[in-house]
Amino acid sequence: MVTARPNVKIHIEDLAVRYSDGTESLHGVTMDFYEHQVNVLFGPSGGGKSTLLRTLNRLNDLADVVEQEGQILLDGQDILAEDCDIIDLRRKVGIVFARPVPLPMSIYENVIYGLRLAGVRDRQRLDATVERALKQAALWDEVSDRLGDSAYDLSGGQQQRLCVARSLALQPEVILLDEPTSGLDPISTFKVEQTLRQLREDYTILIVPHSVQQAARIADWAAFFLQGELVEWGAGHQIFTTPRDRRTEDYITGRFG
Amino acid sequence: MSRQITQRIAFGLISLASVAVVVPIFYVIGYIVVQGGGALSWEFLTAMPRDGMTAGGVLPAIVGTLALTAGTAIVAVPIGLGGAIYLSEYAGDTPTTRAIRIAIINLAGIPSVVYGLFGLGLFVIFLNFGTSILAGSLTLGIMTLPVIISTAEEALRAVPQSYRLVSTSLGGTRWQTIQRVVLPQALPGIITGVILGVERAAGETAPIMFTAAAFFLPRLPHSIFDQTMALPYHLYVISTQVPGMPVQIQYGTALVLLVFVLSMNLAATMIRRHYRRQRVW
Repeated sequence: MVTARPNVKIHIEDLAVRYSDGTESLHGVTMDFYEHQVNVLFGPSGGGKSTLLRTLNRLNDLADVVEQEGQILLDGQDILAEDCDIIDLRRKVGIVFARPVPLPMSIYENVIYGLRLAGVRDRQRLDATVERALKQAALWDEVSDRLGDSAYDLSGGQQQRLCVARSLALQPEVILLDEPTSGLDPISTFKVEQTLRQLREDYTILIVPHSVQQAARIADWAAFFLQGELVEWGAGHQIFTTPRDRRTEDYITGRFG
Repeated sequence: MSRQITQRIAFGLISLASVAVVVPIFYVIGYIVVQGGGALSWEFLTAMPRDGMTAGGVLPAIVGTLALTAGTAIVAVPIGLGGAIYLSEYAGDTPTTRAIRIAIINLAGIPSVVYGLFGLGLFVIFLNFGTSILAGSLTLGIMTLPVIISTAEEALRAVPQSYRLVSTSLGGTRWQTIQRVVLPQALPGIITGVILGVERAAGETAPIMFTAAAFFLPRLPHSIFDQTMALPYHLYVISTQVPGMPVQIQYGTALVLLVFVLSMNLAATMIRRHYRRQRVW
């Protein structure tokens, strides 16, 4: 439960994004994401939540974006600017996708893949990073004795935690999670949600949950998106108990969705 | 007619067709083995031809084919693989890219004898390489390009897009992603394609007739500017140009070429099977 406003990590100013086929676009989005908090983006599909996530680490550059306006300030720097160092941005803003995508390598190589991309070779540093990242992702105990095994030998829930560890290895400032538990069984989901609460201490979490219930469970701050428009946002407990907008209330209570 | 009977007839015809495909292959191989098997001996494979090539061995032709095969690979693989990587990973859908693809398709359709004439004009005469292993390799290499580009591109595209997305999201540049994830995963398919493409070139006669092959050479070639004998051309020569050539030697030569090509096929198949089992996607 948060009472005072924490620091703003990301400020979005009048963001608009449109794809060539007109889908999943955003318009007029202005909001803040807070440091060391679990910031939730929820709403029915097609609302623009994934688009927003992918714009935050410029992964959207790979898609067919026709129009992109507005500013996204990460610690005051506009990441949509021409001179933004995208590689550095992607190391600072990590992402975990809906389906776990282990790379076709060993568990060890998966975790340090980002470091290898950055040119890190020192074996001790790599070993230390693997242990730290896997511990933070609550996977160390289960795999510490078989780091050389293929990542595909793991269960779905373990693979997803591996993907989290992979992002954590780069020590990002922000972690984006796009429906990270949608393919997982309830126990794995519970483990991932627990991990997120702990990660909040060191990182800023932005998550698109796969259900309103999950959103309500984990949100410190929540933003409701409907068809590309930011309807409202605020403290988690306030949004889910006394939302200001009628549409938010209808969605939360299940009148549509 | 009842559906059961229709199904049985259809299935019967299809099975017959499958058998019909296999029978000629076994017949061809069997016939050549029977007719030429007797000629095979250690001497046949390692000695030079003598008595106007009616006796002795086919060593220079074997060496020549090996040299041309290697030369084809050296020419076709870097250019072909580079082109495939560009088309798969970098190129968008622009008029230039579409023109490149049309060009590749057309290259694949050019008859091999036309390649031979092209090689003669450009490499042998204009660039003054003369009839040589170099000219032959360049000609065969260009002829093999479309096959290698197509199979390599297909192998690269088969690698799941999600791997590229993950690599990019962890701060990888496009080349890093290709080098660390895409290329290693596509390698088995690429190798298979290269082997099959190059093996086809190894058996060609027309392109090397004008550019590399010689009727008879008393010594083995020792530089890429030398002419060379080669198995396909040698087979043509001893079957049509030499009176009194023992039939067994003709079929023996054919058998050597067949074994060479079939063993490359086998290698490609084994590589493909080994990596298919390991694949996780």
